[in-house]
Amino acid sequence: MNILIWIIQIVFIPIMSPLCVGIIRKIKAKLQNRKGASIFQPYNDLWKLFNKDEVISKDASWVFRYAPFVIFSVTIFVGMSVPIFMSFVNNTFTSDILVIIYMLALGTFFLALSGLDTGGAFGGFGSSREMTMSALAEGGFIFSLLTISFIAGTTNLLAISNVGILQHGHLLLSSILAFISFFIILLAENTRYPFDNPSTHLELTMIHEAMILEYSGKRLALIEWASSNKLLIFISLGSSLFFPWGIAGALSLSALLFGLFIFCLKVFIFCLAIAVLESSIAKLRFFKLPDLLLIAFILNVIAIILIF
Amino acid sequence: MINFITSEFSFEILFLLFSVGAIGSLFLNKNDKLANFWSSFFSISSSIWGLIISICAISFGQDLLFSVGHSVFSVFSVSFHVDKLSAFFIFIISLISLFCSIYGIGYVKHFYKKYNIGALGFFYNTFILGMLLVVSSSNGIFFLLAWELMSLASYFLVVYDRNDEENIKAGFLYFIMTHVGTAFIILALLLLYKFTGSFDFDIVKSNMGLVPLYIKNLVFIFSIIGFGTKAGIVPFHVWLPSAHPAAPSHVSALMSGVMIKTGIFMMIKIFLDILQPVPVWWGLTILVIGSVSSLLGVLYALTEHDLKRLLAYHSIENIGIILLGLGSALTFTSLGLPALALLGLIAALFHTLNHATFKSLLFLSAGSVISQTHTRNMEEFGGLIKYMPQTAFFFLIGSMAISALPPFNGFFSEWLTFQSLFQGIMSLDFYSKGIFIFAVGSLAFTGGLALACFVKAFGATFLARPRSEEVKHAKESSFSLLFGMGALALLSLVFGIFSGYLGSFFEKIAKSFTFAQNVFYPSFSTDSMLKVGNSFSSVSAPAIFIFFAIIFLIVIFVTKFLINRNQKVTINSTWDCGTDLTPRMEITATGFSRSIIVILKGILRPNIKKEIVYNDAGSKYLPKSRFVILSIKDIYQAYFYTPLHKITTFLSLQIKKIQNGNVNSYILYIFFALIVTLFLAI
Repeated sequence: MNILIWIIQIVFIPIMSPLCVGIIRKIKAKLQNRKGASIFQPYNDLWKLFNKDEVISKDASWVFRYAPFVIFSVTIFVGMSVPIFMSFVNNTFTSDILVIIYMLALGTFFLALSGLDTGGAFGGFGSSREMTMSALAEGGFIFSLLTISFIAGTTNLLAISNVGILQHGHLLLSSILAFISFFIILLAENTRYPFDNPSTHLELTMIHEAMILEYSGKRLALIEWASSNKLLIFISLGSSLFFPWGIAGALSLSALLFGLFIFCLKVFIFCLAIAVLESSIAKLRFFKLPDLLLIAFILNVIAIILIF
Repeated sequence: MINFITSEFSFEILFLLFSVGAIGSLFLNKNDKLANFWSSFFSISSSIWGLIISICAISFGQDLLFSVGHSVFSVFSVSFHVDKLSAFFIFIISLISLFCSIYGIGYVKHFYKKYNIGALGFFYNTFILGMLLVVSSSNGIFFLLAWELMSLASYFLVVYDRNDEENIKAGFLYFIMTHVGTAFIILALLLLYKFTGSFDFDIVKSNMGLVPLYIKNLVFIFSIIGFGTKAGIVPFHVWLPSAHPAAPSHVSALMSGVMIKTGIFMMIKIFLDILQPVPVWWGLTILVIGSVSSLLGVLYALTEHDLKRLLAYHSIENIGIILLGLGSALTFTSLGLPALALLGLIAALFHTLNHATFKSLLFLSAGSVISQTHTRNMEEFGGLIKYMPQTAFFFLIGSMAISALPPFNGFFSEWLTFQSLFQGIMSLDFYSKGIFIFAVGSLAFTGGLALACFVKAFGATFLARPRSEEVKHAKESSFSLLFGMGALALLSLVFGIFSGYLGSFFEKIAKSFTFAQNVFYPSFSTDSMLKVGNSFSSVSAPAIFIFFAIIFLIVIFVTKFLINRNQKVTINSTWDCGTDLTPRMEITATGFSRSIIVILKGILRPNIKKEIVYNDAGSKYLPKSRFVILSIKDIYQAYFYTPLHKITTFLSLQIKKIQNGNVNSYILYIFFALIVTLFLAI
């Protein structure tokens, strides 16, 4: 039974993440008065890409060739370490806030290197922008998870989701501040509006898409899949750490099913929020982004001071 | 056998071996090959010996006190005190110098016929000997001699490549700065001597009750300036980014990896051992210094496009991170929280070891690149991964380790540093907590910026297309260079994966401090895990490595062999928008970091200078050529060193007025002096 639970924990994120992207796209389409593609379209896209032939630049080295595998593996690794809809699994090995933050940084590192590797002008600028953003987002990211770690008294993610931080009444304000900044970081790390437009290929503005411009076929599929994994990881972190209601605290079928149902509901709400936000605000100018990221950081500093 | 290894005799052999290596190679200076062989042979064999005795001393040995010869002076004696902390630093010095010496065998070859190899061997061995004496001496004056031996030997190594004007300048700056630092160290030691009556560190420690608090505070400030200059804390770091790149690369590796750690060693020894108990503000001051150094170090590294200067700035950053661990340890001891102090100290020691490994690895790989391309300018590299694949691989590992990416060693020591700062936030009063929050914030941003910086360093050096002809002639370095780098790269991984085991090793060292004795606390490491508090935090390095490796292999296997096996992979050129791609279209190292620099312009003060030459000078419509010079204002020069220089010159000029050359006035001075003495005597 335990093995089964672990397998679910490992494969849940990669299996569900394209659906999450599909839902966001569908909601955005509805908001724009379009019919929109089916919510299962991202699966078709991935399948199509996996079956395509591939072109690799002659300037590229093994870094370019192996980076997609690293980037994808990182998201699987982090996906299995974060609380999804069950918090009773006990993982004291990898489920630490700093481990997942720095593992995600490992993915970013290779993504940025692969952008530089082909020697195109776009890839280089994409990498430069991505590293600028992720460097400035690092403080907010660590601090937002740190705030809730202090509230819960542990930095183990599964243990935090077990404690349920919003139940601590007088710390409500801290949790709210931490959540606001976490949401800003979620948008930044997943290159969503107002940081980046995930569906643009306009050279002046793109960040994430610029880095992966040279990829095709299987490798592109892996990178696309990894970025949707990353989105679902952040949504899981947001929903399980900040709103841990309904999360399965014990091993029983009813608890698991209830947890799964509530989790899907929470993910849907997150998707709705992201889609509404993307449809209602404009992308910010690149040099305005640091302000937003530093706001996320400052909010957390206030939140931590309020805790003690 | 163990008894012999941990006896004073084996330490004397160690020092003797280095001396023989040094003096012998000086005698052999007529023959380049023989001199290189001699100095490398002795530095390698004595490093191995140093490793053996230091490991034994930490695992089994007691503190070892001995002195050589009988001194006629009461204040000076050639006496040694090898405790666990010294043994640990002997371990680091031996470990790094072992691999640097192996690297040196091949690296030195390109100096043949150009410079005197015997002199290089002499100063190299003397330099290592000096460092070993610094960490094991127990008499203040003998310590100063060793300190000077280390500084002078490294000065001669910095100016070794003397045909470059820049190197001479860098050496001069280093010479001045290191002696300013030494002056402050002498002041601190003299103050301690005045109140305790001894230069012997052990007696000073036992007489610490006699020293009033304000003297202790003065000693603290002098030591911070003196040892901080050697360690490279901001704002006394100015010599570091110019001196470290000037030296031959295996010496840069030793200087950056090990020599600056002797400053850290003395700070640990003086603050945590000799001067105990200490006021709270010391620890907090060190935390602030550490935060500022780490943040500014990495920011200046981002602005660099000289590969070795970039690495030198990262040394400043990492010294800052070590000081964060040390500062929190010091704060906790003053507040009577020895268990937490132990955590901070372990973090500092672990990061000291880790920084030594990956920084020397990076300097060695940089040296390998530079010896092939004959330039340190990153804008002239590019695409080297195809010409020097092994060097590139080792540099990549070093970059990942220094950017604290798991499962490499840098991550686990930063993890411990983070944890000790978290503990500070949770358990201290409001103001101290503020400083700890500041420290966590700067450590967090430092991590992110270091990552960006190493994407830039690795990308600009090794990826994309060659930006100069030199690169196209580059060949992979010889075996001895690759061996030195490869071994250090392996160590970076091994120290990471076995961080849990190393944790108990560090606990042993940290427990030998007085403050940590008779304290009950839960252990910070089990066999495979690092953990803090009962259930506050834990991380398992082997689990991270194994899980990630399994996932990685499965992903590769599934994508390559299960899905769409008949996929065709075409090799074609990068999308070029219809024009031919030239290396000039790639992003440069300067361009890569420009956006961060512009965002942080309040701190970094970037300059832009544009020069346009017109075809029609009168109307200025038709530009002929256009230069843009991007640079960073040297604020330390402008706001700290230049005013200091001005004040010193002004005071000297004023004092000079006394010396007016008139004999009558001199007699007047004597007369006044006599009267004053007379009054004082009465």
